Amino acid sequence: MVTESTLEKVLAAGHLAVTAECGPPRGAVPEKIREKAELLRGYADGINVTDNQTAMVRMSSLAACIFIRQMGLDPILQMVTRDRNRLAMQSDILGAYAHGIHTMLCLSGDHPHFGDHPMAANVYDLDSIQLLQTVRGMRDQGRFQGGDEILNPPKMFVGAAANPFADPFELRVARLAKKVKAGADFIQTQCIYNLEKFERWMAGVRARGLHEKVHILAGITPMKSAGMARYMKNKVPGMDVPDEVVKRMAGVPKENQAKEGIKIAIETIQRLKAVEGVKGFHIMAIEWEQKVPEIVQSAGLYPRPQL
Amino acid sequence: MITAVRKPMEEILEYVSPYKRILLVGCNECVTVCAAGGRKEVAILSSALQMALMKQGKTLEVREITLERQCDPEYVEELATEIDRVDAVVSMACGCGVQEVARRFKDRAVFPAVNTLFMGASERHGVWSERCQGCGDCLLGITGGICPVARCSKRLLNGPCGGSTGGKCEISPDVDCAWQLIWDRLKQLGLEKRYEEIISAKDWRTSRDGGPRRIVREDLE
Repeated sequence: MVTESTLEKVLAAGHLAVTAECGPPRGAVPEKIREKAELLRGYADGINVTDNQTAMVRMSSLAACIFIRQMGLDPILQMVTRDRNRLAMQSDILGAYAHGIHTMLCLSGDHPHFGDHPMAANVYDLDSIQLLQTVRGMRDQGRFQGGDEILNPPKMFVGAAANPFADPFELRVARLAKKVKAGADFIQTQCIYNLEKFERWMAGVRARGLHEKVHILAGITPMKSAGMARYMKNKVPGMDVPDEVVKRMAGVPKENQAKEGIKIAIETIQRLKAVEGVKGFHIMAIEWEQKVPEIVQSAGLYPRPQL
Repeated sequence: MITAVRKPMEEILEYVSPYKRILLVGCNECVTVCAAGGRKEVAILSSALQMALMKQGKTLEVREITLERQCDPEYVEELATEIDRVDAVVSMACGCGVQEVARRFKDRAVFPAVNTLFMGASERHGVWSERCQGCGDCLLGITGGICPVARCSKRLLNGPCGGSTGGKCEISPDVDCAWQLIWDRLKQLGLEKRYEEIISAKDWRTSRDGGPRRIVREDLE
């Protein structure tokens, strides 16, 4: 074991891993983060804490991670390179590790254009791949990106995102290969609705043997309504929601659509369990964390291994 | 070239309102090519200012001059014979020209009449787009001749991000995804393998982050 990350232990033991997402509140309300995290206790091996997702200001991922860690749970620190330069990011990594946070996810982040501060400067001192290299350098060489030695280097189990549905499709396996080369231990994918396309991507991943070098967790987001399905199809960049999925959601009465969304999520997990190279699931139930236990149980992923 | 667009009339009017006589200075270089501050635009702005002020019952004397190059002290010197006849200067050059005039004529207020935008190229008649950010360590040799620093909205050196859709950037369907362009070009050149070489963290010291930059060429001094 390279790190003390629970996620690493679960994956190393050969179990299908489960991670779940938890978005920090838009205010200084720690009870919100505790409430959400409590819902996930026992149902996830790691709790992803988003970092100003969709470029909207929220409580910092690090602060929220610390609250979750203090509850005896395992947060995954998400870090986007949009808001901070390499000094700020590395100092946060030291702080996170010092607080017992052992897992993190490196992202470039949505452009500020989408958020509540479109007038903000976007930093991008590093990109997500360079952040991966930085985290691995801190862990494996015990050195900062600038080259100096670190006192008690942070040993982070480090992940990255992959979106098999963005364009150009032919580049998506190559981009994963770059993230693996940069040192990603695990990958969490974009939400999967187009299973056929995901499976095609996975075939490309296997053809290059990448599934043996990195743990791929398939992204799952249950939809609450047909409206949400349409919104994700039309408005979210890089999201692929096939017409059949929208139709299926719209085909049931409004009051049953949420139930249908959960059903689709469970079916997706069941089908993807059979895909070689899928090592677990990343459940992003947006402002719907209370549904994660039901999904995990019904998908046969409960109880979680105690390691 | 350096591109610019004229400032809103109200802003320019506010600058000149305390004065009776101004010198309106164009530039024959980049701002002429991008039709923002050349001889023609100087004449148009001059009439527009005078008409607008006339409507307010005021008068403004405008002396028009367009220099060969406003970022060059040699040409800025040509204003020396004019400067005593005016109360203030309005420059239609890029920010470099405005500052050169301000540096030379310390006792005259100098106002910009354009917003300087970017180093770019002409896509077609009347359309210009950004091409270079002057990072000081050119990557074009390894990115197929397309700059990710200037043309990727997130300046990702190892793109494309997950928001690239149909060759367009996530911020707007009017913006090309730089990494789609880079990939297409690498393919065309048979250099696909290069894509998987990681471009490591950039040293931004050669860019603006290292402080204001200067070139000293001893061989020319």
